[in-house]
Amino acid sequence: MSKLKAELAKRILVLDGAMGTMLQQYRFSEEDFRGERFKDYNYPLKGNNDLLSLTQPQAIAEIHSKYFEVGADIVETNTFSSTTIAMADYHMEDLVYELNYESARIAREVADSFTAKNPEKPRFVAGAMGPTNKTASMSPDVNDPGYRAITFDQLRTAYKQQAEALIDGGVDILLVETVFDTLNAKAALFAIEEVKEERNIDIAVMVSGTITDASGRTLSGQTVEAFLISISHIPLLSVGFNCALGADLLKPYLKRLGLQTELNVSAHPNAGLPNAFGEYDQTPEEMQMLIKDYLEEHLVNIIGGCCGTTPEHIRLIAEVAAAYEPRKLKTSVL
Amino acid sequence: MDNINNRAEDKLTGKRSDLPIRPLKLSGLEPLIVTPESNFINIGERTNVTGSRKFLRLVKEEKYEEALNVARAQVEGGAQVIDVNMDEGMIDGVQAMTTFLNLIASEPDIARVPLMIDSSKWEIIEAGLKVVQGKCIVNSISLKEGEDVFIHHAKTIMRYGAAVIVMAFDEVGQADNYERRIEICKRSYDILVNKVGFAPEDIIFDPNIFPVGTGMEEHRKNAVDFFRATQWIRENLPYANVSGGVSNVSFSFRGNNAVREAMNAAFLYHAIQHGMNMGIVNPEMLEVYDEIPKELLTYIEDVLLDRRDDATERLLDYAEQVKEGEKSGDKKTQEWRAEDLQQRITHALVKGIDEFIEEDVEEARLQVSKPIEVIETHLMNGMNVVGDLFGSGKMFLPQVVKSARVMKKAVAYLLPFIEEEKKKFPAGEGSSQAAGKVLMATVKGDVHDIGKNIVSVVLGCNNYEVVDLGVMVPPEKIIQTALDEKVDIIGLSGLITPSLDEMVYLAQELDKLNINIPVLIGGATTSRAHTAVKIAPAYRETVVHVNDASRAVTVASNLLNEKTKVEYCRSVREEYDKLREGFLNRSKVKEYLTIEEARNNKLQLDWEGYTPFKPNKLGVYQVSVKPEELLDYIDWTPFFRTWQLHGKYPAILTDEVVGEQASLLFEEANTMLNQLIEEEWLQAKGVYGIFAANQIDEDDIAIYDESGKQITSFLTLRQQSKKNKRAANIALADFVAPKSGGVTDYVGAFAVSAGFGVEERAAEFQKNNDDYNSIMIKALADRFAEAFAEYLHEKVRKEYWGYAVDEALDNEELIKESYKGIRPAPGYPSCPDHLEKKTIWSLLDVEKNSGIQLTESLAMWPASSVSGYYFGHPESKYFGLGKIKEDQVADYAVRRGISEEEAKKWLNPNIAD
Repeated sequence: MSKLKAELAKRILVLDGAMGTMLQQYRFSEEDFRGERFKDYNYPLKGNNDLLSLTQPQAIAEIHSKYFEVGADIVETNTFSSTTIAMADYHMEDLVYELNYESARIAREVADSFTAKNPEKPRFVAGAMGPTNKTASMSPDVNDPGYRAITFDQLRTAYKQQAEALIDGGVDILLVETVFDTLNAKAALFAIEEVKEERNIDIAVMVSGTITDASGRTLSGQTVEAFLISISHIPLLSVGFNCALGADLLKPYLKRLGLQTELNVSAHPNAGLPNAFGEYDQTPEEMQMLIKDYLEEHLVNIIGGCCGTTPEHIRLIAEVAAAYEPRKLKTSVL
Repeated sequence: MDNINNRAEDKLTGKRSDLPIRPLKLSGLEPLIVTPESNFINIGERTNVTGSRKFLRLVKEEKYEEALNVARAQVEGGAQVIDVNMDEGMIDGVQAMTTFLNLIASEPDIARVPLMIDSSKWEIIEAGLKVVQGKCIVNSISLKEGEDVFIHHAKTIMRYGAAVIVMAFDEVGQADNYERRIEICKRSYDILVNKVGFAPEDIIFDPNIFPVGTGMEEHRKNAVDFFRATQWIRENLPYANVSGGVSNVSFSFRGNNAVREAMNAAFLYHAIQHGMNMGIVNPEMLEVYDEIPKELLTYIEDVLLDRRDDATERLLDYAEQVKEGEKSGDKKTQEWRAEDLQQRITHALVKGIDEFIEEDVEEARLQVSKPIEVIETHLMNGMNVVGDLFGSGKMFLPQVVKSARVMKKAVAYLLPFIEEEKKKFPAGEGSSQAAGKVLMATVKGDVHDIGKNIVSVVLGCNNYEVVDLGVMVPPEKIIQTALDEKVDIIGLSGLITPSLDEMVYLAQELDKLNINIPVLIGGATTSRAHTAVKIAPAYRETVVHVNDASRAVTVASNLLNEKTKVEYCRSVREEYDKLREGFLNRSKVKEYLTIEEARNNKLQLDWEGYTPFKPNKLGVYQVSVKPEELLDYIDWTPFFRTWQLHGKYPAILTDEVVGEQASLLFEEANTMLNQLIEEEWLQAKGVYGIFAANQIDEDDIAIYDESGKQITSFLTLRQQSKKNKRAANIALADFVAPKSGGVTDYVGAFAVSAGFGVEERAAEFQKNNDDYNSIMIKALADRFAEAFAEYLHEKVRKEYWGYAVDEALDNEELIKESYKGIRPAPGYPSCPDHLEKKTIWSLLDVEKNSGIQLTESLAMWPASSVSGYYFGHPESKYFGLGKIKEDQVADYAVRRGISEEEAKKWLNPNIAD
C-alpha cells in the first residue's frame, strides 16, 4: 500500500474504463459464455460477464492489457457482480470464490507484466465490489415500505466472501463502487474490516458512490455530504463518485465532495449520458475536455471512466492527467 | 459557588481554542455537523416508549403510521436528532426497532436527520445499527459490565459507523459526584481512543443529570457536579462532546410545571455555559430563561448552584405559592395581560402564545396611522427580543418556531388592512412602487426557512417585493432567477453548516458571471466572521451578514439608496477586511508561486539546438477564399452538437439512434451549402501576418518589422500555480526564442471570418418564421469560420511560413491537431486575456483588411470569426493558464499600460482568491 500512496502523492493515478463496453465488442454467444466447462449448464449464461473470467480469460486479460497500454495505472477486476447475491440470477452462488480469485489473478498477472516492462510506472489491481442487485435501506415493494429484500448480515457475509477471494487472488485495492445505497456499502466496509482483523493485514480501500440524477443525491436519498459522513468511519484510500452521470454533470458533486474531505478523491464518470438505446456517444476528445476541467480545478487524485468509456477515452484522459498536479489533501473547511 | 459562574463566563462552553476543529459529524439523508460554533443540538425524545405513553401505545398496537407522525412532528418542531427507544417488557425490542427504523428510512422528511438508537439491550442496539444508512448515535454504552464488553461494543459500533454516548457508569456503579464522573469519563475516553481507536469527536459523554431539591443532603451538589464535570470533560478530553437528559434535574418538582419548566431552562442555560453541546430536551417542558420571574430564578439558581444551605426549603416554599397561583385560576395569565400593549405583544411572541395576538394587533392598529406600522414597530420589537434570546442561547429552535407562527398569524391579520391602505393611496409615498426587489432563498442542501421566512415577511411588510424561492435552492436557479427577475438584492439563508460552503460557492459563481447584485447572508449557522473571511472576498459586490430580521430592512435600504450606497458598501467592506485580517494572520498554505518564481520555472526549450525557420513571406496579407475551397476542412462533429445530436462525424450518420436524424440534417445542410456556394451568400475574408519576433522581458513577445524595429509586443500570461518538479510554469512567450540568445524567431497572427452576409440571410429566414434555416445558416457559418482558420493555418505551415512543407495530413488528422505548431486564440485557456485581440487588430489592421470588428467587450463581429496567433516551434502546445496571483496582475497592468483595476476587470476569472 505504501507504493500506492507514494504514487498518489506524486501524480494523478488513472483508473481503467468500462469492462462491459469492451466485452460487447467480442460479441460472445451463449456458447462462448458457457465455454467447455459449462456447456451443459441448466440455465442460460449469456450476459454473465463476470463468468468470462473463467470461460474467456484471454479476452479479460486482453482488455486489461489494452487499458494498461494506454496509460492506466489501476485496472478493476471483472468482478462487479461476483457476489452470491448477484450470482443468484445465474444460479452460480457456489462459484463466487473462484470467480473473484481468477479475475484477480488474471488482472494481477497482466499488471505485473506491465510493471516488469516499466518499473518506473508500477501498475495496480483494484478488486471491484459492486452494489449487488438488492438494496438494504429501501423496500422493493411500494405497498410495504418496511420490507427489505436483503439484510445487512446477508450483504456482509457475501461481501466478506468476495473480499477474501479478491485478496487471495492478489489485488492491491478493494474498490467498493457504484454505491447507490449507503447501507450496502457499509456492509461491505464492515466485512472488509473483519477480514483485515482476522488476517491481520492492511489493504487499501476505495469507496465510490453514485449520484443518480440532478437531485444530487444517491438512490437511497443521501446528499453528497451525508454520504461522505456515513462511510468515513474506516480508513479509506479515497472516496469519489462513478457511473450514472457524465463528467460534466458529475462535476458540482465532485467539487462539493472535495471541499469536505481530507481523503484522496476519485472519479470515474460515464461517457456522457446514454442515448435512447443505452449507448454512450461521448467521444474520447469530448470527455478529455471535460476531464481537463476537473484537472484545471484540481478536483481529483484518481481519474478513470465508467460506462461507455474505451481505451481511447482512457488514453486521452491519461494524457491530460499527466500534465496536471493531483488535488492537494488538506483539512476540510468546517 | 460564585466562582462556577465566573469560570463559565471566562471559558464560555469549554471550547479549547488551542486545538484544531474536529467536529462530530452525523448524517441522515443530510449532514449534521456539530462544531464549536453550533448552537445546542436538540435531540427529539418523543419516540421513546419509556418516556411517552402515547408512543408506547402506538408501538404496542402496531400503529406505525401514527408512530411515524410522532417522529415527523419532532423534526418539524426543530429536533436535529431523533432518539428511538423500544425498551419495554411487552415489546419485542429487536423487531420493533428494526421495523420502525425501516419505516423511517422510507420517509425522507424524517430520515433527513440523524437517528439515535437508544437501548439498554445490546441486541436492540445492533438491530438498529443494521438498518440505518446514515451515521447515527448509539445511546449508550458504559463500563458497567467491565472493560471487555465495553471494548467489544465500542469496536462493533465503530465498524457500523456510529457515534456513541458513554454513560458515566462503571463496574462499581453510576458516578454520582464530581470526582467519580471525571474518573469514569477519563477511563472510558482513554480506552476508546487508545485501545479501540475510536474517533474522539464521535464520543459523547452523558455525565448523569440527577435531580436536585430532593431535600437529601447528598443531592445538593448534583447540578454543580454535573456542570463541573462537563467543563472538565470539555477541557481535558479533546474533541469529546457532552449530552444529557435535562428534565431529570427537576424530577422532584413533578406536578409543578411552572417550577419544572423554569428549573429545566435554568439548568440547561448553565449546562450549556459549561460546555454541554447536545441533549434531550422536551420543548414543552422548557421555560425561556429570560422569562423566568426574577425571584423564582434566584431561588432555582440557589438550588442548582448550591448557593445556600436553605436553598431547597426556600424554593419549596416558593414553589407552593407558584402552584397556588396556578390553581387560583388564570392569575398568571391575567398578570401578563395587564401589562402595556407592547409588552403583551412581545410576551406573546417570545412565549409563542397566539391566543390573544389578533386582539392585541387590532388594538395596535387603531393606535397607528398606517397598519404597516404595527409590523414595523410592535411586532418587530417583539421579534427583536426573540432574535436576541435565540442568539444568546436562551431560546431554542422549537420555541422560535412557535414565535414565527404567532408572527405569521399577526401579519395575516394585518394584510387585508395593508392591502386596503394601498388601494386607498395608490400614489401614496412608497406604496405604489416597491422599495426594491429581493430574492430570498435557503441554499441547496438546507431546508430551514424560518429565519428566511421572517425576513421575507419583514421585507414584504416594508414594501419590498420579495421573490421567495423556498428551500434547497440550487445555485444555478438562484442566479437565473436573480437575472430574470432583475432583483436588487439576493438574500441567502442557511441553518446547517454545509450551507456556509454553499454560500461561498454561490458568491464565487456570481463573481464569475460578473453579476453585481448585493448579497445578504443570514441564518443560524452564519456569522459575521465567516461572511467576512470566506464569502465577502469571493464576490466583488457587497456581502452583508444580517443576524436578525429587523436589521434586514435597514441594510436593504442602505444598499438601495443611491445616496448612502457607496459609503455604506465601503464601510462594510472595510469592517470585513479588518475582521478578515485578524483571522488570516495565521500561517496559510501557499499554493502559488510569485511571478518571479514562476518565471524561474519557465519552460526551457532547447534554443541552442534550434534554428527558427525563416518564413517565406513576412508581413501582413489579406486573404479571401471561396467557401467551396473550405469544404474539406470542415469539422462536422460540432455542427451536429449544435443541433443536440451527439456523436462523431461520419459515424453519426449511421448511428442506430440519431443516425436517421443526423443524415437528414446533413442532407439539408448540404442542400443549403450548395445553394450558399452557388448564390454566394457568404464571404470568407481574413488577414494574417508573420513577423520576426523574440521573447523579451520574460513574458512578452516583441514583434519586429522588416527593418528589425520593434512595432508592438504580445503580452502573455504565465501559469502561477505551484507545479511538481517536472512541470514548468508555461507562458506562450516560452515558445519563442529569447532575444538574449541573439537568434531571430518568428510568430504569426490571424483573424478570419466566414460571417459576412450571414446576419442578413438569417434575419430574412427569421422574418419568414423559418427558425430552422436561420439557425442552420449560422451553424454553417461557424463551421466555415473554423474551417477557414484550419485552412489558413495549413497554408501558413506549408507555404507562407513554410516550416512544414512535407506535412501530409488528412482532415481527420487536422481535426486532431496532429500538426506541428499551434494557433491559440485570445479568450481561450492558453491566453484568456481578451485585450490581446486589440493588439492583433492594430498589428494586422484587421478591421481595414478584413472588415472584422471588435465590440466594446472585445467580441468579434460578425460572430462567425476566429482570431489568434501562430507559433511554429515543434514543442509548442496548448495549455491552460489556470489561476494567477495579484503580483502578476500588477506586473501585467504596468506592461499593458493600464490601471491595475482595469487589469483586474479583464483578468478577474483567472485571478486566484
